[in-house]
Amino acid sequence: MTAAPTHVVAAGAGMLADAVEAQAVPVTRIDWRPPMAGTEDDLATVAADPRRRAANERALAAVLGVSATLVDVAPASEVLGLERGQFLHAGPPVEWARAAGPLRGALMGGAAFEGLVTEPEDAVALFEDGGSVSLEPCHHRSTVGPMAGVVTPSMWMFVLEDPATGRRTHCSLNEGLGKVLRYGAYGPDVLERLRWMSAVLGPLLRTAVRASEPVDVTGILTQMLQMGDEAHNRNRAGTLMLLRDLAPAMAASGADTDDIAASLRFIGANDHFFLNLGMPACKLALDAARDIEGSTMVVAMARNGTDFGIQVSGTGDEWFTGPAQVAEGLFLGDYGPDDANPDIGDSAITETAGIGGFAMATAPAIVRLVGGTVPDALATTRRMHEITLGANPRWSVPILDFQGTPSGIDVTRVCRTGILPQINTGMAGRRAGVGQVGAGLVTPPAEIFPAALAGLAARVPR
Amino acid sequence: MSRHHVEVRRGAYADSVALLQLSRTVQDIPGVETAQVAMATPLNLEVLAQMGFAVPSGVTAQEMVVALRLADDTADAAIADAEEAITTALTSRTPSTAEDVASHRTTATALRGTTDGVVLVSVPGASALVEAMDAVDAGRDVMVFSDNVPVAHEVALKRAAAERDVLVMGPDCGTAIVGGLGLGFANATTPGPVGIVAASGTGCQQLLCLLDHAGVGVTHALGVGGRDLTAAVGGISTRTALARLDADDSVELIVLVSKPPAADVAADIEAYAAGLATPVELAFLGPGRPDLTAAAEAVLRRLGTAVPTWPAHLPAAPRPSGGGHLRGLFVGGTLCHEAMLVATAGLGPIRSNIPLSPGLTLGPDLTADAPTMVDYGDDALTAGRPHPMIDPTLRLEHLARAAADASTGVLLLDVVLGHGAEPDPAVLLAPALAAITQPVVVAVVGTAHDPQDLDRQVRALVGAGAEVHLSNAAATRRAVALTLGESA
Repeated sequence: MTAAPTHVVAAGAGMLADAVEAQAVPVTRIDWRPPMAGTEDDLATVAADPRRRAANERALAAVLGVSATLVDVAPASEVLGLERGQFLHAGPPVEWARAAGPLRGALMGGAAFEGLVTEPEDAVALFEDGGSVSLEPCHHRSTVGPMAGVVTPSMWMFVLEDPATGRRTHCSLNEGLGKVLRYGAYGPDVLERLRWMSAVLGPLLRTAVRASEPVDVTGILTQMLQMGDEAHNRNRAGTLMLLRDLAPAMAASGADTDDIAASLRFIGANDHFFLNLGMPACKLALDAARDIEGSTMVVAMARNGTDFGIQVSGTGDEWFTGPAQVAEGLFLGDYGPDDANPDIGDSAITETAGIGGFAMATAPAIVRLVGGTVPDALATTRRMHEITLGANPRWSVPILDFQGTPSGIDVTRVCRTGILPQINTGMAGRRAGVGQVGAGLVTPPAEIFPAALAGLAARVPR
Repeated sequence: MSRHHVEVRRGAYADSVALLQLSRTVQDIPGVETAQVAMATPLNLEVLAQMGFAVPSGVTAQEMVVALRLADDTADAAIADAEEAITTALTSRTPSTAEDVASHRTTATALRGTTDGVVLVSVPGASALVEAMDAVDAGRDVMVFSDNVPVAHEVALKRAAAERDVLVMGPDCGTAIVGGLGLGFANATTPGPVGIVAASGTGCQQLLCLLDHAGVGVTHALGVGGRDLTAAVGGISTRTALARLDADDSVELIVLVSKPPAADVAADIEAYAAGLATPVELAFLGPGRPDLTAAAEAVLRRLGTAVPTWPAHLPAAPRPSGGGHLRGLFVGGTLCHEAMLVATAGLGPIRSNIPLSPGLTLGPDLTADAPTMVDYGDDALTAGRPHPMIDPTLRLEHLARAAADASTGVLLLDVVLGHGAEPDPAVLLAPALAAITQPVVVAVVGTAHDPQDLDRQVRALVGAGAEVHLSNAAATRRAVALTLGESA
């Protein structure tokens, strides 16, 4: 206090900042704008919550402290206790009547895959009736699923573990791109691939994983972010690093060599194979920050094709939902915006953890795939730092001078700035059975953040 | 014939001061008769409606309204010019770094990676807590210039700050000097042995200027906000500020300037002050207590410095008082308060928007057939518009009205100079005073180092027929004497 400040940060009237600069002291001017409509009182209530600062520090430290390792590969029936007729899906809860085309398609394909029906089309009656089937979000079972995210008991799952606590998360094995179940396709080739994955790929991976040192998934994420992957829409480096780690044990597994070759070829040809490891790694980290009273950090963003939902550390298991938006981007072949379903999938868990769209600056190779430019990508990552609680010291972006990725979306900062989380995403066809139609950029519906803020404000002790 | 053009700009934002300046710029465009560029707050929408503009329904405070009244024949060209001027003003910004990087949007993110520095918050009152709490979270001192901050917000902010040993100056803190750096409305003074803790902005400025005239410097003047010593807040910031000054070896004498605190708080603060190593001069302004000038004189005596004759400048041709009431028009709340305390002795009860007792409250038209003093910087009059120390429009309007009122005998005004204030108050005020027939007394609160040039301001006002004092108490006594028909 005895010395004159060497620097002033000014929020508000430019004139007062001018007066400081006139005294030869540098000023950082904040580009302050009014918060989202109607949020002033809740913002003040939550800002004044004496638990908030420590709670958010704890939440962020918890997320950044988790290391995810791949420890097993096993059927969902085994590791999730999923029973015949039980279906997991992406996003917040949704019933068949409100389910979007791609989710319906994936559920129909899943029912045929499980032998509940012979033809996928027959499953419509099954789900309309609802008596013998049940739907539940992946997130409610320590699981995440890309796009439709449908998981059935016979599907094989990656099992990730935090060695410090033993907590686990799960994700299915990635099928590849194009006409695949998670994009709502359910043709014979889709089901054939799923059967091969359960009969050959899953068991081989289990043998290899169990015979290897646990694969350090968080460590691979650290490296791939420096190799041009943002770990949502580009997973090429990550996939190859996984293959490098598992190939020796696969080769030495004693399995049929044709099966080994087919499996290596399948993984190597699918640039997105690692997505299904990055996602549960992100969930494992974010789940460590759940249920911290007073914390305003988002712990999940997920979409079911109808609703976009978020969960927040300080509001427990409550979902704050609004209508999922249609992404803007590029389309495959003759598909256009009218063919695209609104946003779907649990893969926004990557953005929730600070990668994907948040790490766009590190993946210049794919900015055009999602309809952007390199300067846009740099600006996006910088902009996301305005709504996040901190930077991840492990996940850094070389082109931004190794600045850590923006981590821990703060509901209050989203409401204050009006800046919405930027998500990179694939686009599923609107109609069941179509599959992927494109890829692009999307944001959550703005209104879910003021709703979550109100939920936080209501829980502040008076 | 004239025609209206109303346009809503979504996603555009600028602060009210910038928009006021922009409105004036647009109004100067040939063909534009009236221009109002404003955020669509309820208050601004009311103003636009009063001006006769039809604003589309459903606009929100996040949107900007551009409303133009245009001469019919050149309307299209004028609209194009106006839109260009607005777009230029809204998009041009001084680059702070060589790199084209977007500005931070919150105080928290702007503070990342910095290790020093204070935070200056002047956003609308409802949002002030949120920005200021970012500073507290980061362990940085913060000055909250914003007014209209709910008292519950102030209490919450200051309690959080006290836990982290952070000083919150304000809210509604107009003036601070931190280690010689003026924040808000601050007079340019030289560093020296006095440290001030002030619950009042203009009270602090008066003290700064009187001490400066006497050759005594001030290194720190920490404003704590007008409510800090109320029972609700309990003097949280006053205690922190006193402790800061006590810890500074260069401070030989601390002055605490405030209205008399709530009884419990006063006892508490006096006991706290008595326990400090540095002596504390308490200057509590109230009925029967010394005024600010007397407090300055007490400080000078404690320091062993001679008390000078306070400057007074008489006009060449003093105006006769034709009888009638004293009308005080103030931009400084404490200066208004002090003037009422001083003048009540000679004139009896004074009606005001910040009255000495509730029975003396003025109605919404701010007039009465009695002596009146109005503080144009009061929260109720600044909601949705800049402070009158920045924008003189409101007081100039009321000055013209008072001068035209036959019941007005003498006019008493304050002019406050220093960083942050209007760059040249006399340029508009002097012509207005020259047009008035009644005697006018002005307290000009400024130092020789202030950017407005104190001497030039005084000369212009004296040239316009006003009597000018540095001491607000002295100016008030002269105005009372003139009202009572006593000669100079």
